[in-house]
Amino acid sequence: MKIPGLEVEFSVVPAPVPIWHARVTAQEWSAAAGLVRERGGRLLALWAGSFSDSDAIESVAAHAVTTRASAIFVAYVVLEGVFWLALPLDATDGRPEYPDLSIIFPVAARMQRAAADLSGVHAHGATDQRPWLNHGAWASDHHPLLQDPQDLPTPAPGSLVDYPFVRVEGDGVHEIAVGPVHAGIIEPGHFRFSVVGEKILRLEQRLGYTHKGIEQRMTQMAPLDAYRLAGRVSGDSTVAYAWAYCMALESATQTTIPPRAAWLRALLLERERVANHLGDLGALGNDAAFAFALAQFSRLREDWLRRSKDAFGHRLMMDCIVPGGVGRDLEPAQIAPMLRQCDAVEIEVRRLAGIFEEHAGLQDRFLTTGRVTPALASRLGLTGLAGRASSQAWDLRCDHPFVPYSELRVTMAIRQNGDVAARVAVRLDEVLESLRLIREMVTHLPSGTLCSDVRLGEPASKGAGWVEGWRGELFVALELAGAGQGHRILRCHLHDPSWQNWPVLEHAVMGNIVADFPLINKSFNLSYSGQDL
Amino acid sequence: MIWRIVRQIARVGIATELAPDIGEEAQAEVSRIQQELLNILGQALCIREVDAGSCNGCELEINALGNPYYNLEGLGIRFVASPRHADLLLVTGPVSRNMEVALKRTFDATPGPKLVVAVGDCACDGGIFGESYATCGRVSNVIPVDVVVGGCPPEPVAILRGILTAVRRRVR
Repeated sequence: MKIPGLEVEFSVVPAPVPIWHARVTAQEWSAAAGLVRERGGRLLALWAGSFSDSDAIESVAAHAVTTRASAIFVAYVVLEGVFWLALPLDATDGRPEYPDLSIIFPVAARMQRAAADLSGVHAHGATDQRPWLNHGAWASDHHPLLQDPQDLPTPAPGSLVDYPFVRVEGDGVHEIAVGPVHAGIIEPGHFRFSVVGEKILRLEQRLGYTHKGIEQRMTQMAPLDAYRLAGRVSGDSTVAYAWAYCMALESATQTTIPPRAAWLRALLLERERVANHLGDLGALGNDAAFAFALAQFSRLREDWLRRSKDAFGHRLMMDCIVPGGVGRDLEPAQIAPMLRQCDAVEIEVRRLAGIFEEHAGLQDRFLTTGRVTPALASRLGLTGLAGRASSQAWDLRCDHPFVPYSELRVTMAIRQNGDVAARVAVRLDEVLESLRLIREMVTHLPSGTLCSDVRLGEPASKGAGWVEGWRGELFVALELAGAGQGHRILRCHLHDPSWQNWPVLEHAVMGNIVADFPLINKSFNLSYSGQDL
Repeated sequence: MIWRIVRQIARVGIATELAPDIGEEAQAEVSRIQQELLNILGQALCIREVDAGSCNGCELEINALGNPYYNLEGLGIRFVASPRHADLLLVTGPVSRNMEVALKRTFDATPGPKLVVAVGDCACDGGIFGESYATCGRVSNVIPVDVVVGGCPPEPVAILRGILTAVRRRVR
């Protein structure tokens, strides 16, 4: 497989979704970005790590940690699937650098800054070189992914560095600083608004507050146990993350999961999608001062979570997806109540959607608020449900349907307006579609075993997982050491769609009033923990 | 329009009392909690929630406390926007080093009785994240904690029970 115009042969990464991998040179690295952009492709993820060709692994083992060869990786999505590129970097002259991608894909900027913090590799020529995840609580030359996890830096909690926000100046311009501790029950992050009167001129986000060192922690875990950590990257997407990780592990070990497990995984994923959309729809109504919506939708969500607990033993369905398959079966006795609930929820959602539709006050708050035009969405790489609300017609379940989606024919929800109303509409459509999918899956669940054996291979291996979670696509890249090094995880990168969408939120709020920020923010509902890692 | 809303409200009824799935035992528990809270505090309890680095799983369940089934405000418990208005801090997550200062400042800004409930396995003992260059581990490594509520994430009734335990212990 090749990217047209680039003389690099990519090899297939075995996975249920089409993924290809190749090692490239710096020239090819830059050329590939331009070619992907020209063909309407997107940047999916960018991360740094050590280089793990089998020969490189030997050298890692042979040398001290400090001389470990580093590498930068990027994954692009084109119509055919994912191209995963690896660029080994020369670390001998102290500061490993690679060609900046943010001039071609603006979305790369924060990922490059995170890679610099975690792995000490720098994007040559990038305009924004401020630290992203390192807030000054540990030394700037302590790059965690290059260190032994046991080797803790001297913590410096008192010396949090002053972050140079971009200042907006002019007559009557003032700043509003919000966070990291927010007024609602939400995750921590800092928002710096520059406003004139009520109008937002500019928003700058500073995230990274929930950075927990997940990627370093991954390297301390056994490959067969790490699905639990993956399931805690972002609690609202625990099913999607566990699936993406397990898919990557199964890809690396060339494991095929039983059909029943594949169907149950999709059932769990669609239940997670419905649960989150129900919660968001209520919260969106509430943020427009329509408390009725919160009461109604949060009641539906609670019913939904209780049914998940009855069926799968956990309200959020954590740890139900395990390497090789699923850890929980759906008991036959659960089928009828689950079908009944789908019917009941559908009736209620349609009724509430009608009320949303006809409520003039609500529509006044939703329509044209927080608009992201399709052109801007495409330029900035807006993804997932927010992308689909701005005409970005990508949904992995439709683009590359694997079992069971290949048999279910998912209808993609799509809107053009890119405002809060469009993101509400996409959620409503997706809830109804997921209810249909759940009914289909519960009714036609194939019989058979729940789990295949996952055998860790003798040589080093790599694998990837790609899943359409409720917020958008998750990508997991996994590199495992061979038997000689105890099969340990060399690198596991977990990518959240929030990386793509947070920067777009900064654009979506421009020109809106400050009071609409919570509403616009909620309409994206992005993960802090998922991007902070 | 308004009639459709009213009809829906009437159709659904009061979920707090009619809740079919909560089970008699849990329902009794909720009523008991409500009574105890009134007996002990004699006033509303104001809570500031602080996510000090969680995966947001605990936030989902704390938010669920606000749904009609648990009728939190009916119990006399309210989430407030500022620690300066709070009697109790509900803290989740292993405390990330990037949140350490913010958590300490939030604690300092909270007036008495300054109760702290650590919610979730990570807040209790660092959970799966443990202690590392990026996290300080359990909440009690950073601020004093009155009550811990285990679970990943703990269910809403467990969180409610933890809140009441903290009130009972310190105020009585």
